[in-house]
Amino acid sequence: MSNNYYFESWGRFPRRIHLGEIVPQSINTVADSINSVNALVLPRGMGRSYGDSCLNDGGYLLFTRLLNKFVNFNPDMGILRCESGVTLDEILKVFVPQGWFLPVTPGTKFVTIGGAIANDVHGKNHHKAGTFGSHVICFELERSDGTRMICSKDRNADWYEATIGGLGLTGVILWADIRLKPINGPYIEMESIKFENLDEFFQISQESEAHCEYTVSWLDCLHNDGVRGIFMRGNHINKLEKEEMKAVHKNPTWKAFPFDAPSFLLSTVTIKLFNILFYNKQIIRKQRRIVHYDPFFYPLDNVNNWNRMYGKRGFLQWQCVVPVKNNKDAIRTILKEISKSKLGSFLVVLKEFGSIPAHGMLSFPMPGITLALDFPNVGEKLFSLLNKLDDIVCSAGGRIYPAKDARMSGKTFRSSFPKFEEFIKYVDPKLSSSFYRRVGGRNDIAN
Amino acid sequence: MTLPTRIAVFGATSAIAFEAVKLFAKKGASLYLCARDEGELKRLSDDLVVRGAKKVEYSAFDALDENSILNAIESCLSKLPDLDGLLIAHGTLPAQKLCETNIEEMKKTIDINFTSAAIILTHISSHFEKQGHGVIAVISSPAGDRGRQSNYVYGSAKGALTVFLSGLRQRMQKSGVRVLTIKPGFVDTPMTADFKKGILFVGPEVIARGIYKAMEKENDEVFLPWFWRWIMLVIRMIPQSVYKKLTL
Ligand SMILES: Cc1cc2nc3c(=O)[nH]c(=O)nc-3n(C[C@H](O)[C@H](O)[C@H](O)COP(=O)(O)OP(=O)(O)OC[C@H]3O[C@@H](n4cnc5c(N)ncnc54)[C@H](O)[C@@H]3O)c2cc1C
Repeated sequence: MSNNYYFESWGRFPRRIHLGEIVPQSINTVADSINSVNALVLPRGMGRSYGDSCLNDGGYLLFTRLLNKFVNFNPDMGILRCESGVTLDEILKVFVPQGWFLPVTPGTKFVTIGGAIANDVHGKNHHKAGTFGSHVICFELERSDGTRMICSKDRNADWYEATIGGLGLTGVILWADIRLKPINGPYIEMESIKFENLDEFFQISQESEAHCEYTVSWLDCLHNDGVRGIFMRGNHINKLEKEEMKAVHKNPTWKAFPFDAPSFLLSTVTIKLFNILFYNKQIIRKQRRIVHYDPFFYPLDNVNNWNRMYGKRGFLQWQCVVPVKNNKDAIRTILKEISKSKLGSFLVVLKEFGSIPAHGMLSFPMPGITLALDFPNVGEKLFSLLNKLDDIVCSAGGRIYPAKDARMSGKTFRSSFPKFEEFIKYVDPKLSSSFYRRVGGRNDIAN
Repeated sequence: MTLPTRIAVFGATSAIAFEAVKLFAKKGASLYLCARDEGELKRLSDDLVVRGAKKVEYSAFDALDENSILNAIESCLSKLPDLDGLLIAHGTLPAQKLCETNIEEMKKTIDINFTSAAIILTHISSHFEKQGHGVIAVISSPAGDRGRQSNYVYGSAKGALTVFLSGLRQRMQKSGVRVLTIKPGFVDTPMTADFKKGILFVGPEVIARGIYKAMEKENDEVFLPWFWRWIMLVIRMIPQSVYKKLTL
């Protein structure tokens, strides 16, 4: 077997052997491509999911990179129809100069429309805009038997709900209609505020909710006595000079992380140091600035392959959400456990989700507070910590984000995504993923 | 020199051509697309309109059928009478082994890569010549610079194309028409899907940017990326007595 078929996800853990890749040349050959192989297939976008939800060990990956065409744009309604392999990066480059922005964006622009729908991704404006799926007016889904369906809230609504957040298992999304958002220019007026404990965080978060479109916080979780961090909030700028209207982001062509870092670079000490420096970089308590959208939304995208910083063993992301009622205590307990374990994280992100309901049967967000961390893969010690954290989340009525998971138990998943049994009915018999099988999904055909 | 703004593209559905045409669409150019598959042409043309092309027209053509080539050119010139750019990007990379035993396959390779391009060039360059300006860009290949046992049928068709362009360039010089030969190295496209990708492979968008720049800068011949100029220089310098024993 050729080495080419070891595929990994963004977290580089796990690495899985596949039978190969298939790359349909256009949206008209997708079902033929799936049926050209006699094994299970999983659609794959840019592979920016961290764990094994974009892997399919023992089967094939169907790359959507050539399903990359725009179909049309209606400037009166702001509705863009594009194929599912189009990236957010591409949309920003074409539409920011025309005064449009993505309705919702994750922390990287290197994801496809198909991937954004299949994980029903969220962004810094969740409290105002809900998830990505809320802005998907309709899409066309193709099943491996060649059936094509247009799905929206009114047409094939059950397939619409199964496919948004459906982890690529219900069929291949061919194209989608997305509602873009008008903007006055590519700049964001942002404010960053230091906070010294969780109560302060909740207070700033509450006060920001109404007048700030975007909010997010960064936490220093290895700080000795409790939690401190920086709260960042922003709005699209109101008015701007003409030329600046068109300043789109550049490609990160030369800054690439060149090698797999040795593990000593990631000791607790370096992480702690990084956190102290980051926290103290901002000296005054409150700072206002006007920044371009690129560093505001995508601070990590400027270094290609930054995931290699974690070395060959990779790293694990862990993102949970805990519903409003229980959040403060649960989040406190979680942070305490992490601090006790001394397994730190460079970037800890904290944000309050709003109450706009997500459409997908398996959508991750719910009203409450979400916390995301990454951990270098140090093996057993980490896995048992994460299991402990899962339990805290589950008993608080929360859940773990599949797009960022590589190890939660099937039990944890099934109990926190109660619509999973219903969802299984919509799974395409030829589609599957390592994640799906790991959490207890079944495929009837042999692979 | 300014870039052309009304451009005909043959082989428009190829990965490289599509990436290049995106750059022209962004500048508001008018485009005439030709390729084999009508459905794909529609798909591309919709895309380019969203990206800002002023107008996009297309027709399907078959590079092995002279009438079909002529029809495409005629319809192109009637839709864009003041055409000022041409990009030829269609081609085929057959299995060399097949061409060694199958004469039809060998002839097809030469006809698609060379004869059809020569027909298009003959018609459109005369149009540009009369008009007194125009930019012609054609994708040839470093493989045309020296024959190799692993792909000399393809290589010789591209070699003929390179020679044709060099003559055409001399002829067009007087009328202010520019002729650009593009020699891309290994590109990661559907054409090379079955190759094992080494470090010399680049994405089609890299080649497309190079084409765009070369069309802007009055180049005559470009290798893309640049290092192929030096690789090919070395390969051409190897003496015949040594070269014939190599397994390239
Ligand atoms: C730096 C970074 C920051 C991130 N920040 C956030 C964030 O803020 N919020 C958030 O929600 N997520 C975030 N993510 C996760 C990321 O947004 C999701 O994993 C996203 O789904 C990745 O898209 P992709 O195109 O890479 O898809 P992949 O990872 O390749 O695939 C994701 C899923 O989509 C399915 N899929 C892909 N294409 C299709 C298709 N055409 N039809 C059907 N199914 C398809 C796949 O089968 C798979 O299940 C972040 C990731 C990174 C690396």
